[in-house]
Amino acid sequence: MKVLWLQSGGCGGCTQSLLCSEPRSLFDELRDAGIEFLWHPALSVESGEEALAILEDCAEGRLAFDALCIEGAMLRGPNGTGRFHLMAGSGRPLTEWVERLAQRAKWVFAVGSCTAYGGFSANTPGNPLEACGLQFDEQTPGGLLGAGFESSAGLPVINIAGCPTHPGWVVDTLEKAELEGLSKADLDDYGRPLLYAGQLVHHGCARNEYYEFKASALKQSDLGCLMENLGCKGTQAHADCNLRPWNGNGSCLRGGFACIACTEPGFESPGHAFQETPKLAGIPIGLPADMPKAWFVALAALSKSATPARVRNNAVVDHPVVIPVVRKKGGGK
Amino acid sequence: MTRIVVGPFNRVEGDLEVSLDLDAGRIRSAQVNSPLFRGFEQVLIGRSPLDALAIVPRICGICSVSQSAAAAAALADAMGIVPTVNGKISRNLKCATENLADHLTHFYLFFMPDFARAAYAGRPWHEAVAQRFTAVSGTAAAEVLPARAGFLRMMGFLAGRWPHTLAIQPGGSTRAITAGERIRLLALLREFRGFVEKRLFGDALAAVGQLASKDQLLAWADGRAGDFPAFLKAAADLGLDRVGQAYDRFLSYGAYDLFPAGTWQAGEGAELAPVAIAEDTTRSWLATGQARHPTQGETIVDANKPDAYTWCKAPRYAGQAYEVGALARQVVAGHPLALDLVRRDGASVMARVVARMLELALVLPAMESWVQALQPGEPFCAHGDMPDDATGTGLVEAARGSLGHWLSIRRGRIDRYQIIAPTTWNFSPRDSESQPGPLEQALVGLPAGAGAPPTVQHVVRSFDPCMVCTVH
Repeated sequence: MKVLWLQSGGCGGCTQSLLCSEPRSLFDELRDAGIEFLWHPALSVESGEEALAILEDCAEGRLAFDALCIEGAMLRGPNGTGRFHLMAGSGRPLTEWVERLAQRAKWVFAVGSCTAYGGFSANTPGNPLEACGLQFDEQTPGGLLGAGFESSAGLPVINIAGCPTHPGWVVDTLEKAELEGLSKADLDDYGRPLLYAGQLVHHGCARNEYYEFKASALKQSDLGCLMENLGCKGTQAHADCNLRPWNGNGSCLRGGFACIACTEPGFESPGHAFQETPKLAGIPIGLPADMPKAWFVALAALSKSATPARVRNNAVVDHPVVIPVVRKKGGGK
Repeated sequence: MTRIVVGPFNRVEGDLEVSLDLDAGRIRSAQVNSPLFRGFEQVLIGRSPLDALAIVPRICGICSVSQSAAAAAALADAMGIVPTVNGKISRNLKCATENLADHLTHFYLFFMPDFARAAYAGRPWHEAVAQRFTAVSGTAAAEVLPARAGFLRMMGFLAGRWPHTLAIQPGGSTRAITAGERIRLLALLREFRGFVEKRLFGDALAAVGQLASKDQLLAWADGRAGDFPAFLKAAADLGLDRVGQAYDRFLSYGAYDLFPAGTWQAGEGAELAPVAIAEDTTRSWLATGQARHPTQGETIVDANKPDAYTWCKAPRYAGQAYEVGALARQVVAGHPLALDLVRRDGASVMARVVARMLELALVLPAMESWVQALQPGEPFCAHGDMPDDATGTGLVEAARGSLGHWLSIRRGRIDRYQIIAPTTWNFSPRDSESQPGPLEQALVGLPAGAGAPPTVQHVVRSFDPCMVCTVH
């Protein structure tokens, strides 16, 4: 698989994250799976005219490539001109390059939530950059390429959403495409590969015991569950962040802060402060996916009444003050 | 005279275009264009103040933690709180991890591949350098990526993940480190030190940190196996110790309580006076007015402005263009090697790279002592209330130089948010006095155009530009 990679209205963080791929060197991992970068803005040696020649040859069909990976939102402004990003050296809007190249690609991958759904500008009143995703404008199908776009493999844009993407999401999706192919059944309704979006962030959360007992954190750095007060959306966000660790052994929850649902379209403007849970009559508005509200309220009341002192006390401090009791042999009676 | 446009100028973070006016194969004047606009200062207005902590890291995927740290410092200033001791140590560790990882990424992935170019075939060092540093396929990439990923495991403990963490709070960190995890952090630092000493330096960190002059440096590199010595040999052969000088005016906000804040020009250091900072938009696609201090700054798009050529503003200190980055930090801090390089030949491609390597040698041992100073059980985060009306300033050092956030809060919402990023300083356009930015100045007189060596490539990348920050 030859991969052509372009960046636009984003931070480059998905590439920086990708370079953290472990345990092998990213380049070795991909090479042995038959995947190579035809050109990547952060990694390839070709610069200036040499780089433009590669892109022009690809766009004109003179140079074959398989996968088009785009990183960053599509900036259509000001006033539809695309001048918020004219690709350096070419004088042409990056959106135009993407439209031309997408017609030649077997697969088109939107790497990161900006590319998939439009990013921060698209979620700011008035959308000052006229930003959108490749095939979505937030939750609405469309975007730069249009709702009906299909690459030559017969697939819509594959949205490897996340801000940033986990290196494993990108590597596994590219390798799946190369080794087994991809079909629409491999994607969810927002075009995300199910290999990571078929889970919730909640799955495998290290704070699960606090969640079970609704032993909630009250302030930043507390050990308790972050859902009730501090804005955590792990029970609603689609991703396997707590099953597939970040940077060795991390995740947002393990880092002590809320999941802000960065794999979901529109996460950039949740309608409330990121680190606060909006509530109605004391009950969080955003309840776990698939769970009826009455059940949640009943279970929460029950579990709160049954919370062990250890869990209750540890939930509101930044290090455990009570450790699990040690039962000694024969000491039970 | 002919004009050439060089772009996309890759292996920088983000998109970059450089226009060069040539006279007989030499650059007579340069214009640096940051062709992408991001608009984050508009995105922040009207938000709840603490939302900045979720938004600003997403300005940049390579200086994400620096952006978070600047916002947290500005918010702490507005709230009138200071981080706990552990919280401050944890923040320094996160910032240092990112900065050193960036130095490594820059050297191996962005900067060195240019020395593998066919244009240098025949130089005595070329064959070995090409084998080691050719982009993607060189032998160094296979070693440096696991070393980098292993080092960034520090962030798995300290920040949950990298990039884009919410662990950095005005009062410290959301993530308390346990006694057991402290042992892991020390092990990760040891592992990274092993890579740096064995592969990058071919010597102990302490030996590199003690080099005090250019002569000592070149004598140290002579005959030594290691990637940094390999660079020094190539750079000396190509005369890169005398190429790339801008104004030799330097500025640093100070880092980790290890390197002090200050300015340096005409051979003299001085205290930093943040009030002397102003941003000019004369040649930017932004509405023009008087140059403004960032507390009064504005970012209003004017895409059809005649004579404008970039989305980057022109920050000036006391009206003058200043260079920021590792070299600026080390000159302001008075490191003898950095001072000797600048005093002898002025800032150069070599001096900028040497300063980054020096920081790897100086900061890694400091990080080990910081980890040992963490007190598990003591608080990692202080708490306070957000006022409805306040202003705050956060000044930090990212890998590539001085990063400042200035915010004001009115009626509980962000009313103004202005950011000056490192590359905004270094790659700024001309101002109302037609004073070129530091890179524009550094390119004057260099060979360029058909048949020229890749000197321009080295000079541009010697600043380690981050364009996505530049055009936040």
